Amino acid sequence: MLRGNDLISVRDLEKADIEQLLKRAEDMDRTLGAGRTLDILKEKIVATLFFEPSTRTKMSFQTAAKRLGAQILNFTSMESSSMKKGETLADTLRMVDGYADLLIMRHAAEGAARYAAEVCKHPLINAGDGGNQHPTQTLLDLFTIRKMKGKIQGLSVYLVGDLKYARTMRSLLYGLGMFGAEITLVAPAGLEMDPKMVEEVKEKFGTSVTQKTALNLSGADVAYVCRVQKERFADPYEAEKVQKSFRITMDALKGVKDDLAILHPLPKIDEMDPQIDATKYARYFEQAKLGVPMRMAIIAEIMGE
Amino acid sequence: MGELVVEKIENGTVIDHIPAGAGLKVLNLLGIGDGTKVALLMNVPSKRVGKKDIVKISGRQLDEKEVNKIAIIAPNATLNIIRNSSVVEKSEVRLPKLLAGVSKCPNPKCVTNSEKAETKFAQEAKGRFRCSYCEMLFEAKELLV
Repeated sequence: MLRGNDLISVRDLEKADIEQLLKRAEDMDRTLGAGRTLDILKEKIVATLFFEPSTRTKMSFQTAAKRLGAQILNFTSMESSSMKKGETLADTLRMVDGYADLLIMRHAAEGAARYAAEVCKHPLINAGDGGNQHPTQTLLDLFTIRKMKGKIQGLSVYLVGDLKYARTMRSLLYGLGMFGAEITLVAPAGLEMDPKMVEEVKEKFGTSVTQKTALNLSGADVAYVCRVQKERFADPYEAEKVQKSFRITMDALKGVKDDLAILHPLPKIDEMDPQIDATKYARYFEQAKLGVPMRMAIIAEIMGE
Repeated sequence: MGELVVEKIENGTVIDHIPAGAGLKVLNLLGIGDGTKVALLMNVPSKRVGKKDIVKISGRQLDEKEVNKIAIIAPNATLNIIRNSSVVEKSEVRLPKLLAGVSKCPNPKCVTNSEKAETKFAQEAKGRFRCSYCEMLFEAKELLV
């Protein structure tokens, strides 16, 4: 199980591990729903190291740790750290590892979390490493889908948007595949999912993965949308062009299932008409809130409490 | 046309069954430019594969990392260790389960290209290798680009 271990990639998780986390997150959700918090980590210090910008992930991790009674050691940005003076990532990590009981890290380099986990003695949670993985987002997404729909297996889930650069999509494709969802991929030209990832999920889990170019959500139980990841484009002009050509309008919601749930890891930029926020289909703010009980579950399991 | 005659080596290594045309790549990746006596035979007739290249290196045995690199370029190569002009050991190269420190990660965004981390690639199905850090999947031959 997760106790004392790192959480770096969904590839490291067995289905039983995720089931355990989903169950623990339900317990945490009930605790929070009853207006209670826990103090099981009151002697512990959790360090959040976000070398890339973050709002939701960082705040929900900090909220989760505080709701478990832990103290937060915060690292604000690279600009204000000794890395600005040329300190290596490894040295920064070793230093923080000496202060904290658990490290939570986001970094732009792909594989940075695995590298960091090798450097640190304390457990480390990957809060996003470049375009590679975002395992805790996937866990909260699976938790959200199961809470909203009662199941994951057999659900028709559309992954829509920048499937090439979005780490949330890579991680989620794997997680949905493991749980037997029927997956449809819809991406703007040039931003399709890496074919090797699609092949991996199909072969490993026997999952149905269909790729479409036209946006027709009529068959979807869940539409999971993400923005164009401008920061990962070599040419910002190209990113701008794709961004303008890709937008979910109110028209796209005509003929959809009555209980369609639109999810989004957030932030939303221009990829969705803001009017969608007011429809019954928009469930992404509930999803963001569910990040707290899931991250409480992850931290508690890793800390063995 | 007469056969090329190449002197036998007394001590060293003969790398046989290199795919025709790949012998130069083998020499390049071994970085032999230090005065070592080397013979490269190209497009030699072979019963097994039609044509092949052979590399003979005098006075040197290859280490594990070098053998692993050769396995990427020439997965069917054979290594003959020569001592006192006799073959004392013959083995086929084999791609290992884990390639460590053999190659840079081809993904420029991989942390191993910005931090001092030794690369590791784990073998998966179809002879492909996954970077243990950035998790990208590569064909073996992509690792030596």
